Amino acid sequence: MGRFHRHDDGTEHEHDHEHDGHEHAHEGHDHGDHSAYATGPERVVVLERIFDENDRAAADNRAALDAAGVRCVNLMSSPGAGKTTLLVHTLRHLRDTGVRAGVVEGDIETSLDADRLADLGAQISLLNTGDGFGGECHLDAPMVARALTRLDLDALDVLLVENVGNLVCPAEFDVGAHDRVMVYAITEGEEKPLKYPVMFRSVDVVLVNKMDLLPHLDFDLDLFRRNVAAVNPGARLVEVSARTGDGLEEWHAWLTDPARPAARVG
Amino acid sequence: MHELSLCQSIHGIVDRAREGRPVEVVHLQVGRLRQVVPETLAYCWTLVTDGGPLAGSRLDIDHVPVVLDCGDCGRRTTVADALLLTCGSCGSGAIGVVSGEELLVTSIDLRDPADAAAASNSAAPSGPAPAPEPTPTPAEEH
Repeated sequence: MGRFHRHDDGTEHEHDHEHDGHEHAHEGHDHGDHSAYATGPERVVVLERIFDENDRAAADNRAALDAAGVRCVNLMSSPGAGKTTLLVHTLRHLRDTGVRAGVVEGDIETSLDADRLADLGAQISLLNTGDGFGGECHLDAPMVARALTRLDLDALDVLLVENVGNLVCPAEFDVGAHDRVMVYAITEGEEKPLKYPVMFRSVDVVLVNKMDLLPHLDFDLDLFRRNVAAVNPGARLVEVSARTGDGLEEWHAWLTDPARPAARVG
Repeated sequence: MHELSLCQSIHGIVDRAREGRPVEVVHLQVGRLRQVVPETLAYCWTLVTDGGPLAGSRLDIDHVPVVLDCGDCGRRTTVADALLLTCGSCGSGAIGVVSGEELLVTSIDLRDPADAAAASNSAAPSGPAPAPEPTPTPAEEH
């Protein structure tokens, strides 16, 4: 790679620019003719993935969880889809069946969600993501790493990461979980899988929530299933009502299945 | 929405790569599946670099289209506007993503050395007068 030098005696030169093993994207635009200039702007090839730092932190989180034998699920949804209400049922079920549970709570600014989850026997690590600088829309791996330091991982079997309510940003950030699960309320309509395909593509399970409202809505469950299948044919749909508790047995069985194969990372 | 986080990561990468030298342009490849709004990213870059050594540098974003290969019919689809991740020929959802997930800093352009030298050293070095600083023309904008 060519490099501009200025020596102590004031002379300047640029080494030959060698195209060694990389490609410039020259097609479709014109850099102009710099041949008249002895020292033109110099391009330094970087080729570094912007998510590398996050992904390294996520791998560290997963290694720490694996070492402690903790299965970690990244729980994502729109705001108001029912994550916290679902967690109330799930934490109660895990407590009553002797499964040691923890929650990383990605609330914004307040501890309202965490307050609802208190006294259910779970370890809770609260992350207030509203630091005003980029963290308000999702959890990333370094944030979850900080949350893990406040948990006794050796005393856990299952860790649920309640992500920030958002269908865009959380899909992009591997937090170090083993599985990605989405809570989807049927009040959100049938078309969201097509509008937010990156999120729907990233998950292993979609908990189709608020099924108790089905008689009152025009929601077309078959169309929703087809839309999910269009973007993620492998996704498993589980119909539930976090309000009544209906359908949660299948979700709890999946969550605590020791034979559940390691899914994609998340 | 997550553009500010991305800019913080980009800042770290660029600051390492520049090795103390001034930077004019940061070239990025951003696949359209990354759901990044280029204008928002450019705005966040001004916030993240403000007052620091990368202030005044700008992002050049190569927004890479989403290209899919169908696992059923084998045809290739370039996705236009809607992010509908199905085969354009047979409608199958069994697709592989060929491109569109890129998110990387490809290169940086250092600030023109003649310009940098003139700015940092008012006593210009002796020798041939430096050529006038080429004013960026629209043709040079990527």
